[in-house]
Amino acid sequence: MTSTLTKETSRPAETARRGKEKPEVRIGLGLKARLRRDKSMILMTLPAILLLALFAYVPIMGNVVAFQDYSPFVGIANSPWVGLDNFARVLSDGNFWVAVRNTLVITAFQLIFFFPIPIALAILLNSLVSPALRATIQAVVYLPHFFSWVLVVAVFQQILGGAGLLNQQLLANGWQGLDIMTNPDTFLFLITSQSIWKDAGWGMIVFLAALNAIDPSQYEAAAVDGANRWSRMWHVTLPGLRPVIILLLILRLGDSLSVGFEQLILQRDAVGAGASEVLDTFVYFTGVQNGDWSYAAAAGLIKGVVSLTLILGANKVAHLFGEAGVYSKS
Amino acid sequence: MTTIEKSSKKVSGLRWPGSEGPSRAAWEEEPSKAVKAAKSATLIIVVLAVLLPLYTIILTSISSQSTITNAGGLVIIPGEITWDAYRQIFTGGVVTRAIMVSVGITVVGTILSMVVSVLCAYGLSRPGTLAHTPLLFVLLITMFFAAGMIPSYLLVSGLGMIDSYAALILPSCISVFNIIILRGFFMGIDQGILDSARIDGASEWRILGQIVMPMSKAVTAVIALFYGVGYWNAFFNAILYINDSSKNPLQVVLRSYVLQGVSVPGQIAVGQGVAASLALQMAVIVVAMVPILFVYPFVQKHFTKGVMIGAVKG
Repeated sequence: MTSTLTKETSRPAETARRGKEKPEVRIGLGLKARLRRDKSMILMTLPAILLLALFAYVPIMGNVVAFQDYSPFVGIANSPWVGLDNFARVLSDGNFWVAVRNTLVITAFQLIFFFPIPIALAILLNSLVSPALRATIQAVVYLPHFFSWVLVVAVFQQILGGAGLLNQQLLANGWQGLDIMTNPDTFLFLITSQSIWKDAGWGMIVFLAALNAIDPSQYEAAAVDGANRWSRMWHVTLPGLRPVIILLLILRLGDSLSVGFEQLILQRDAVGAGASEVLDTFVYFTGVQNGDWSYAAAAGLIKGVVSLTLILGANKVAHLFGEAGVYSKS
Repeated sequence: MTTIEKSSKKVSGLRWPGSEGPSRAAWEEEPSKAVKAAKSATLIIVVLAVLLPLYTIILTSISSQSTITNAGGLVIIPGEITWDAYRQIFTGGVVTRAIMVSVGITVVGTILSMVVSVLCAYGLSRPGTLAHTPLLFVLLITMFFAAGMIPSYLLVSGLGMIDSYAALILPSCISVFNIIILRGFFMGIDQGILDSARIDGASEWRILGQIVMPMSKAVTAVIALFYGVGYWNAFFNAILYINDSSKNPLQVVLRSYVLQGVSVPGQIAVGQGVAASLALQMAVIVVAMVPILFVYPFVQKHFTKGVMIGAVKG
């Protein structure tokens, strides 16, 4: 894993800059001299490194509780070791598999119905002629990204809930009311539309950047060759977006076991655990709520390891297809 | 600031024709009327989908009881306007307290996060310095493998931080992602300027404070917004680490009043009208929204390609 991470730092875009800095390395300089030269640089990184050590690395070690029968009263040092018992229990637990299934279904659903929207929106916005209009629309659609999930769910409840605006209008006009917020059958649509409302605009930003990077002479050449608007989109725009699309797909796949934790925990009461229990909420309720620490830690560890495998695997596949992926091979 | 703007100008020369000025390139055909209409309709729907809910919520929060009753709920057409709801939630009580908690955590947390992140990003901005690569690894590994909720909870409770404000700040104090964006930006600064300062005897601290920071106002503002919004919106950490309800931040209070239907208390001063309960709920939503609405326009203009490409490629 470390070797793959090294490659991260040497992506092509940086080579030019780094080349310029080569003389700074001064290979002849001894360790002591380099330490004297760089001590303030190292000192600057220390607060962040210490915070990470404490709040990221210590908890990674803390995952040993997954192999114990942990009790908060005796602590990690004195809790008995039970080997893989917790994992066996998790894997034979029906509720765990319900959470896995819900997680994967939500991820797949959002991949199909959420993922393409920012791309389409970016292409649409990019085709606008007036820069002022584009800037205004961008400012509006980015905004909900900065609202909290509590706020987004509250807004949806006010608009679509049992006593919300939509129902109020339906009932006032003599139609039957809908209750979208508490119906487990439509829950997938509900959370996907919430995600779209909150993040589709913001998701556009990277695609807009990629669209700007496409060489305009390609469009001109295609037009001269007789390509119309749609064939230019197919043969110039989409190939130009491909690296970014693949990059985001990889990141999404690596993240496929984490689906809107706050979003789901906020609505779990309303629709019930059957439709809304995902891996993260499962870990939260079994561990923090029911105090079955080791069991929940085992479920969390399974999730962490599978996620890591997924992102490394997805990146491998991207390399096989000749794409840059998250970190590039150079 | 200058560097981002410069680079955006440079890139804009490469934009495809039609996006720069109000005219299309000679080779680009005029879209048909149907295409134009479909585009406009889509964009209008998108913009309204964002703005309408916010409009009706803000309007309801300042509407009187009778206006709300007439509308049968959320108000779309403005009627009688009253500030009772805001007066009620700002005169002491749970919401006022929660606002203070959230403001405090956001201000202290953002300052701390920015200091730590800027220092770290600058410290890692010159490949070739001692221990550069191992230190960078320490950061990047955490992006690939997250420790998990249970060990994090056990750590925070082991440190005795349950029910402390530190639990809402320290565990989420740095985002490696944000540090990588800052670092990418610092690396793009012309090294010649920094080298000449070094030759003149300036320390790295002084270079960071007097040369690098003034050149990085835009990216700093964007990252500060990211951190600030993160703290202001923090909900789950509070659920996890705070049991004492008097220390709840605003998002938790918002949930109990709006999503869980707890009625909003508040002292009613003499001679003041009683706000409608729906108006009170909407006022709490608006209060949670307002800081973002105020800060956002100032920072939004800096969400340029430069910052975000760094984010993606980072």
